[in-house]
Amino acid sequence: MSADKQKTYLFDNPRNVRRVVLGLVGVCVILISLDLLLHRHVSHPWEAMFGFYAVYGFAACVLLVLLAKEMRKVLIRNEDYYDEPLKSADPSSREDPRA
Amino acid sequence: MLESWPAIALLLGAALVAVSRGRVRMLIMLAAPLLGAWGVYQLEPGTIIEFQMMGLQLTPVRVDKLSILFGYLFHLAAFIGVVYSLHIKDRMQDVAALAYAGSAVGAVFAGDLLTLFVFWELLAVTSVFLVLARRSKRSLSSGMRYLVMQVGSGVLLLAGAIWYASAGNGLTFDFIGLDAPGGWLIFIAFGIKAGFPLLHTWLTDAYPEATPTGTVFLSAFTTKVAIYSLARGFPGTDLLIVIGTVMACFPIFFAVIENDLRRVLAYSLINQLGFMVVGIGIGTQLALNGAVAHAFTDVIFKGLLMMSMGAVLHVTGEMRGSELGGLYKKMPGTAILCMVGAASISAFPLFSGFVSKSMVVAAAIHEGHTVVWLALLFAAAGVFHHAGIKIPFFAFFAHDSRFVDTAHEPPVNMLVAMSLGALLCVGIGSFPGLLYSLLPYDTGFWPYDVSHVLSQLQLLAFSALAFTWLKLAGIYPPELKSVHLDVDWVYRRWAPQAIQTALARLAPIDRSLRDQGRALVDATLRMLARHHGSYGVLARSWPTGSMVMWVAVMLGLSLALYYA
Repeated sequence: MSADKQKTYLFDNPRNVRRVVLGLVGVCVILISLDLLLHRHVSHPWEAMFGFYAVYGFAACVLLVLLAKEMRKVLIRNEDYYDEPLKSADPSSREDPRA
Repeated sequence: MLESWPAIALLLGAALVAVSRGRVRMLIMLAAPLLGAWGVYQLEPGTIIEFQMMGLQLTPVRVDKLSILFGYLFHLAAFIGVVYSLHIKDRMQDVAALAYAGSAVGAVFAGDLLTLFVFWELLAVTSVFLVLARRSKRSLSSGMRYLVMQVGSGVLLLAGAIWYASAGNGLTFDFIGLDAPGGWLIFIAFGIKAGFPLLHTWLTDAYPEATPTGTVFLSAFTTKVAIYSLARGFPGTDLLIVIGTVMACFPIFFAVIENDLRRVLAYSLINQLGFMVVGIGIGTQLALNGAVAHAFTDVIFKGLLMMSMGAVLHVTGEMRGSELGGLYKKMPGTAILCMVGAASISAFPLFSGFVSKSMVVAAAIHEGHTVVWLALLFAAAGVFHHAGIKIPFFAFFAHDSRFVDTAHEPPVNMLVAMSLGALLCVGIGSFPGLLYSLLPYDTGFWPYDVSHVLSQLQLLAFSALAFTWLKLAGIYPPELKSVHLDVDWVYRRWAPQAIQTALARLAPIDRSLRDQGRALVDATLRMLARHHGSYGVLARSWPTGSMVMWVAVMLGLSLALYYA
């Protein structure tokens, strides 16, 4: 165990995390510039736009997360929400400290 | 015998497993799916086995390309599942798992609605034990809710089948359509098991509460039997396009915020079913091929993802994203296998999801369903976001969790099963010809051209970029210890609360009515006591005294009459 503690793993080094992020950015740049070089045959006119899939993928995910965050505000509950007893509506027992 | 009834291998296996133990039980469990698959291999398309019972024409076995495809798929899934659960010494789960798989096989070879109904209910009854086997209070209540929904679906199917047959259509299970008598009932029965929106909550409720191995079986069979049934009974039903599009889109929002990682996968299961339902709704040969091919690949990659999460649960006893992280340090094999599943569900080229999902998307665009196509693209980006990145990221990377010190790779059989799944994901993705040859139609579709590959890679890479940016910018919602309300809130919380509130409101009325009743009885008693009590008007003379008096009067009267 003690030997384990000293061992550093791949992503313990922040430089490796940065490398992954930069690698991803590089891949994205290459893929979008391939749109200029390669001809994609299209079935729908919107597909022909430069970088359609790239922009759509990015926008879709940002929209997804932003909407999900708003949704969470309404829907989030305590972890034990469904295990808790039902709220008592009987006025006589409303004073019950358990409620 | 195997070729006359393909489900027999698994069902007989389940019966033998119930009475055997140790290595013999293991051997039977491994042999049953293999023998069953051998039986499917020997089946000839066009074979029909019929018999008459009580005047009903039953077809327990009807073989065509569609049923053979699902026959192979279910035996494959059963075999991988069995390998995955070999380390478990729980007879109940072993029997339930094999019987469950056998019911699924029986259902896809059923040629009439009555046989289908029998296996439909068997699916429900056998699978619930995989939830109950967790043996916790939560799994018990969740399993009961699951059972009610599943059996309810069977009741609808039976009612629809009786209506359909009594209108002179016979019991044969072929194209039904919504216009047929009883068609809607059958449609909704299929829809419950297929996880239609608003009817989906049994899935997201029960699957995450099942045992680590149970969920692997659960994710394979019930919903895919429903997809098979929809593909046979309702292909080309326009309504399915709308339903499927909603199914593909709405669960991804829940998946982004959900904390329980197996529940995230349950939502993403509905999202994948959405693609299949859209394919069935479009109903062209390409679309139907896409739907069933996607069912095939989904069983394997969703199984792989469920297995990897099951392995994490097995090792750590924890499934909440907020509590996990950093496990790649101790479970690198599981992490890599999980990422193969993640790449497959995200439809990366060379992975299995790509060769099936692209068929449905291509069919949508060919048939001019622009909105549906855009929604499916959104769902495809979203699935990469939540299942492709979120699952591996929060389980194996993110921050170091308290489990990092003690975690280790899962038992060998789990790793072997996951490796089998991963091999199939890469194999089907890289060589789709084999899967395509099993599909019902020959459409000549080939997914690997520059346009498909480039557009898909762009979509995925920029989705990953969005995740990275949102995460680094701190916008991405953190994993929180929480539950998020879904439609099941209506019957788990709102309805019980409403009933209790209503009862509480009724209580004073009830009490006053009872008080009034009691007062009435009291008043009556008091009145009786007043008139008949010790000093009452009617009790002033003693009855014996008055009788003696009247006897004396009568005697006197008779004496007077006698002398008169």
